[in-house]
Amino acid sequence: MIAETVARSIRRRRQQNKIFTFLFMSSAMVATVTLVIIYATLIYESIGFFQHVNVFEFLTGVKWTPLFEEKNFGVLPIFNATLITSAIAIALAAPAGLASAIFLSEYASMNVRSVVKPVIETLAGIPTVVYGYFALYFLTPEFLRQIIPGLGIHNALATGLMIGVLILPIVASISDDALLAVPADLRFGAYALGARKIDVVMRIAVPAALSGIAASIILAFARAMGETMIAAIAGGFRPVLTSDVRQAMETMTAYIAQVATGDAPHGTVEYQSLFAVGLFLLIITALLNFVGLRVVKRWAIKY
Amino acid sequence: MGHQILKTSRLKKLLDRAMPIILSLGVFLAVATVAGLIIDVVSSGWHRLSPGLLTNYASANPAEAGLRSAFLGTIYTVGLSAIICIPLSIATALYLTEFSGTGRLSSILRYNIANLAGVPSIIFGVVGLGFLVYGLGMGRSIIAGAFTLAILTLPLVTVTCIEAINTVPDDLRLGAYALGATKLQVAAHVLLPRALPMMLTGGILGISRAIGEAAPILVISGLLFIREDPVSLFDIFTVMPLQLFNWISRPQMAFRELASAGIIVLLLLLLGLNAAAIVLRHRLTRRLT
Repeated sequence: MIAETVARSIRRRRQQNKIFTFLFMSSAMVATVTLVIIYATLIYESIGFFQHVNVFEFLTGVKWTPLFEEKNFGVLPIFNATLITSAIAIALAAPAGLASAIFLSEYASMNVRSVVKPVIETLAGIPTVVYGYFALYFLTPEFLRQIIPGLGIHNALATGLMIGVLILPIVASISDDALLAVPADLRFGAYALGARKIDVVMRIAVPAALSGIAASIILAFARAMGETMIAAIAGGFRPVLTSDVRQAMETMTAYIAQVATGDAPHGTVEYQSLFAVGLFLLIITALLNFVGLRVVKRWAIKY
Repeated sequence: MGHQILKTSRLKKLLDRAMPIILSLGVFLAVATVAGLIIDVVSSGWHRLSPGLLTNYASANPAEAGLRSAFLGTIYTVGLSAIICIPLSIATALYLTEFSGTGRLSSILRYNIANLAGVPSIIFGVVGLGFLVYGLGMGRSIIAGAFTLAILTLPLVTVTCIEAINTVPDDLRLGAYALGATKLQVAAHVLLPRALPMMLTGGILGISRAIGEAAPILVISGLLFIREDPVSLFDIFTVMPLQLFNWISRPQMAFRELASAGIIVLLLLLLGLNAAAIVLRHRLTRRLT
C-alpha cells in the first residue's frame, strides 16, 4: 500500500520534471526562433523590393529619393550618413570610454569607483529621445554653433557626438572588465622591476587587455550604427551623399523612422524599402557583432 | 648622456603624476553630460510641470496638451511585455543553467541570445511591423508592441537571470540532489527563492529599457494623434517617448518646453523604477537570509 503510493508519487514527479523540462527548453528556444523570424521576414519582404529595384543599383546608387515622384533607391547616401555619424561617435566614445575604464580599473579607489561607475552606466539608461532633444536644443545651438560657424540646425556632427555619449558606457564597461581580468602578477612583476605606474598601466595592463578593448570598440560601433532616435531628431531627414558634417544627413535608421512617421501603405515599394534597408543594416551590424563576440571570447580564455 | 636620462625621467615623472587627471577627463565628460542634460531639461521644463501634463490628451494647442494617452499606452504595452518577458527569461535561464547541461544545443542557444542582443532596436520594429502587424494580422495594436518589446528586452533580462542563478552556492544545489531531489525541485525550492530578488531586478532593468524605447514602437504604431484611452489590447496606441519625439519635432518654443516637462516625467519614472529595484532587492534578500 505504502509502496504503491510512493511509486505513484515518484512517477508523478518524473512526469512533472519532463513537462517542465520541455517548457523550459521551449522558452530557451524563443531567442533562436526569433532570430530566424527576423531574417526570414526581412528577406521575404526584401525579395519583393528587389523585384522593383535592381540589387546592383541599390548597393551602388548615389541617389536616395523613395518619397519623390521619381524614385531612386541608391543606398549609398544613407549608408554614408550612418558611417559618418558612427565614426564621429566612436571617435568620441573610444578615447573617453577607454580613459574612463583605465581610470576606474587602475587609478580609482573603491569609493570613487562605486560612485563613478553607476554614473557612467546611467548614460546608457537614458532614453535616446532625450539625447536627441539635448543634441537639437542644447549641443548644437548653445555649444557647437559658438565654435563652428555655418552649422545647420540638423547636422551630422551633433548627432555623432551625442551617439558617442550613448555608447561611451559600452566601451567603458567592456574595457573595464578586460582590464580587471589582467592578472595582478603581471603588474607586480613590472613594479618589482622598478616600473612607474604609467608604464605598468600603458605597457602591461592595456596591451594585455587589448583584445577586450578592441571588442568593446567594435560592439560600440555596431550599436552606434543602429541608433535611431538621435539620428532622426538631430540628424535630419535629408538623404544627401556628402562628407560635410555640418550638414543635415539622413542615416539608414532615420530613413526607417521617417517612413514610419509618414504613412507607407502595406505592400508598396516604400514599405518594402524598410525591410531592404533593415536587412542591409542588420547584416552589417551582425558581422560587426560576430567579430566583436569572437574577439571577446578569445580574450576570455586567455588567462 | 646622464643629463638626457634625467630629463626624460623628469618628463615621465610629470606624466606619471598627471595621468589620473588626464584619464578622469573621460569620466568628466560622462558626468558633465548627465549634469548638463538634467540642468537644461529642468530649467526649460519645470514650470510646465502640472497634473494636467499627465491627465490631458494630446493637443495641437501646447497649453492644453498632455501625455495621458501616451502614459496609458506605455503602462499597457510595457506592462504586458514584462508579463511575457520575465517568466520567459526565468525559464530560459533555468534551462540553460540547470536543465540543458553543457551540450551543443545549450551553447547554440546561448550564442543566439547574445546575437539577439546585438540586433538594433529599430529592426525589431521593422520585423514587428512585417510579421506581427501584417503577417499575423495583429494590426498596429498594443499587443503587437508588447510582443516586440518583450523580445527586445529578452536577452538583457535573461542574462541577468542567468547571473542570478550562478550566484546560488553550488553546495546547496548539490546537497539537494544528494537528498534525491529532481531538477525541477532544485529549481523550484533551491534556485528560485535565492535568485528571485536579482531576477526581479533584472526584470525592472528590462522594464526601464522598454519604457525608453521609441524606435521600434514608432515603426509599429506610426506617429499617431490619439485622444482616447486604450480599452482593449487590439487598440491603436502611442507611448511616452514617442509623444516626446512628436513634441521635440515641432518648431514652436511652447512645444519644446512641453517636451522638457515630459522628459522630466519620463526620467523621474525611470529613477523611481530603479529606486524600487534597489529597495525590492534589499527587502527580499533580507527576508530570505
